[in-house]
This record gives sequence, structure tokens and C-alpha cells, in this order.
Amino acid sequence: MRLSVNNLACDRGGRRIFEGVSFTLLSGEALVITGRNGAGKSTLLELLAGRLHPAGGKIIWEGAGERSLTECLHYVGHRDALKSALTAQENLDFARDFLGNPALSPAEALEAVGLAHAARLPVGYLSAGQRHRVALARLLVAHRPLWLLDEPTSALDAASQETLRQLLENHRAQGGMIAATTHSPLFLSEPKEIRIERQSARIEREVP
Amino acid sequence: MTRSFRALLIRDLKLAARVGGSGVMGLIFFLMIVTLIPFALGPDLNLLSRIGPAILWIAALLATLIGLDRLFQADQEDGSLELLRLSPAPLELIVLAKVTAYWLTTGLPLAIATPLFGLLVALSPEGMLAMVVTLLVGTPALTFIGAVGAALTASLRRGGLILAILVLPFMIPTLIFGVSAANAAVGGTVPFATPFLILIALTLISAVVGTAGTAAALRSAE
Repeated sequence: MRLSVNNLACDRGGRRIFEGVSFTLLSGEALVITGRNGAGKSTLLELLAGRLHPAGGKIIWEGAGERSLTECLHYVGHRDALKSALTAQENLDFARDFLGNPALSPAEALEAVGLAHAARLPVGYLSAGQRHRVALARLLVAHRPLWLLDEPTSALDAASQETLRQLLENHRAQGGMIAATTHSPLFLSEPKEIRIERQSARIEREVP
Repeated sequence: MTRSFRALLIRDLKLAARVGGSGVMGLIFFLMIVTLIPFALGPDLNLLSRIGPAILWIAALLATLIGLDRLFQADQEDGSLELLRLSPAPLELIVLAKVTAYWLTTGLPLAIATPLFGLLVALSPEGMLAMVVTLLVGTPALTFIGAVGAALTASLRRGGLILAILVLPFMIPTLIFGVSAANAAVGGTVPFATPFLILIALTLISAVVGTAGTAAALRSAE
């Protein structure tokens, strides 16, 4: 599978946020998106997730057969898409059935993010970090090759960040792809990196 | 695809039943309006039973409207709408699942509870039966029409009032034929079937137009 982005530009509210963003992502690769606050990192992810439409350039998704890009990706953003009134288990049950291609069971996914004990608690009772981990557990209940993560380490403690790093590396080892925005290093092995700066094109560079 | 539909339907039904859900709110609001009107009009049973169907229909319309602003807004606020877009099912099917869940938790209970509320406005047994049938057929139309407005106002903070202004005019035909079908059942010169068939047609049209329109509104929202 291959995700190619060519010369992507984005307008919001009549203003150009960024332009000339290009990169290629292959199976097993990770892309780390950095940039100042407001540079358009999250916007880039939203473009990839199909929520916004590019003002210019192309997003090309190949090698997934008939499945479109939106059917092949997971998106975990700042808003965690969890229902506070439902338990962690129910939230994941829903995501698993709804997204298709079921992978781990909700109980196993919660175990993997270290929240097995919270399965039966309404998500509204959980802390910010715990909620975020439930949202990350969603990545595991349905099998999708591309993971789009907006600040995946926010609100996570050191141990959870390490768990997250392992989840991401596992996903890459199985041929998955990751695109993540971040301010703090993710400690992934050999990620591609792209820096978004307002109104300017940046070339990607391989980090040794 | 049907899996996604069922998953979303079940999730919304569960949410409606939980604390803060819209499950019983519509029904209580319906009861409040129907209770208030006899107090305002006085104990004139003939008058009440004559305008009973109209009162019940307006109450049902308002009760449908009252929870509609949260139909997509709640999902918009917590990011669930982004998750819903990632479904393998088309957006129209997702809209259909949400509208079905909403109708099952508001329209259907209203229709079932109508005989009870009919007592408050001195409705005859035939009138109650006609009210149940017309509400069963007509409330889906109200929900479908309202869903378009709910999708358009999903990202507005106080969208409820704008929603009402947007969709109420489009609900008028349903109201007219719903009330006239219910009136025809208790007497009058028009046979019951004439307005009732038009009511069915309105529901079918709004099911198609409402679903497509709601999906289009959600797609265009950014």
C-alpha cells in the first residue's frame, strides 16, 4: 500500500494555511509531522482523513483494492469520539462493529493499553489520559492499515507513552502506516519527518 | 454495511436510555403541552374533543423538535462525527441509522402513548385509534425533515432555535394532512383514506429527500 501526497495546499476561512506539502508513505513507514502551533499539522491530518478538501494538490491512495482511503484509516484526534455515557467496553464494541474488519476484542484492546480494569466504567468517569488511552485502544479493535494520530502522546504518562510506542512499532512491523503530529519526540525507529511551516513548502527528510 | 447500521442504531438507543439521553424527555414534554391546554381552554369537553387531534399533533411536532438539535451536535462536539465518516457504509445509511434511532426513542413512544393523552382532551375511541395511526405514519416525516436542519446547524452553539425556524415551515404539510386524517376518522365529509394516503406519501418523500439532504448537509459542513 502506498500513500502519496503531491503539492498539497489547504485553505481555511479564505486564508492559505499551507501549500506545497509532498510526501510518500509506504507500508511499514511512519511519518512524523512537526511544526509550530497553528502551522496546520492537524489540518493536514484532517485533509488525509477526508474531512477537509484540499485547495490544491493530490492525495493518492494505491494498493488497497476497492477500499477508499477513508475506509482504510483510523483517526484519533483531540476530540476523542468517545461517548461519556457509555462504558469503555461499549465504546469499543461500537467502534469494532461500526468500522468493520474486526481485530482484537475490546477486552484485549483495553488490556493492551493497560485499562483492563476500567472496561465497565463509563468513559465520563475516566481521567484525560485514560480517555485518550481508550481512544487509542480503538486503533486495535478494527484492522485498518493507516493510522492518523493527532498529538498521540498528549495527556499520557511516561509508561503509557512507551506502551504507545510499542503499539506503533507493532503496527509498522505488520505492514501498517502511521502519520502522527507531535511536539514531543515519539522515539519511533527511522521515521520520516515533515515540518509544516505557514505558507511554505518543506521537503521531507529522513532522520538517521 | 448492515453491521455499521446496526452498531450505530444500538449505540444511539443506548445513549438515549442513559442519563442525559433524550429517551423520555420528548414524552414528558408532550405530556406537558397536552396537560396545559385544557387548563388554558377550560373544561369544555366538546371544544376539547373537537380540537383534540390538532392539539395532539402540535404537541407531537414540538416534542419531535425539542431533542432534534442534539441529533448531530452531540456527535460533532465529541468528535464522533469524524469517526462516523470513516465507516465503510455510505453517509446516507449512517443518517438513516441515526434518524431511525431518534424516531424509535421519540416518535414511536409518542404514538403509543397517545391513547393515554387522548383522555386528557376527551378524544373518542375512534379518534384515539386514528391519532395513533396518523402519528405512527406522520412522525417519521417530521424526524426526516428535522434531520436536515439538525445537520445544517450541527456546528452552531445555539442551533436549536435556528433549527426550528428552518424546518417548521416544511413540517406544515405533514401537520395539515395528519390533523385532517385524524379529524376525518371522527366525523366529517372527507373519507379517512384521502388525507391519510397523502400523509403516507409525504412520509415517503421526506424519507428520501431528508436522508439525501441530511447526508449532503453533513458532507458540506467543514
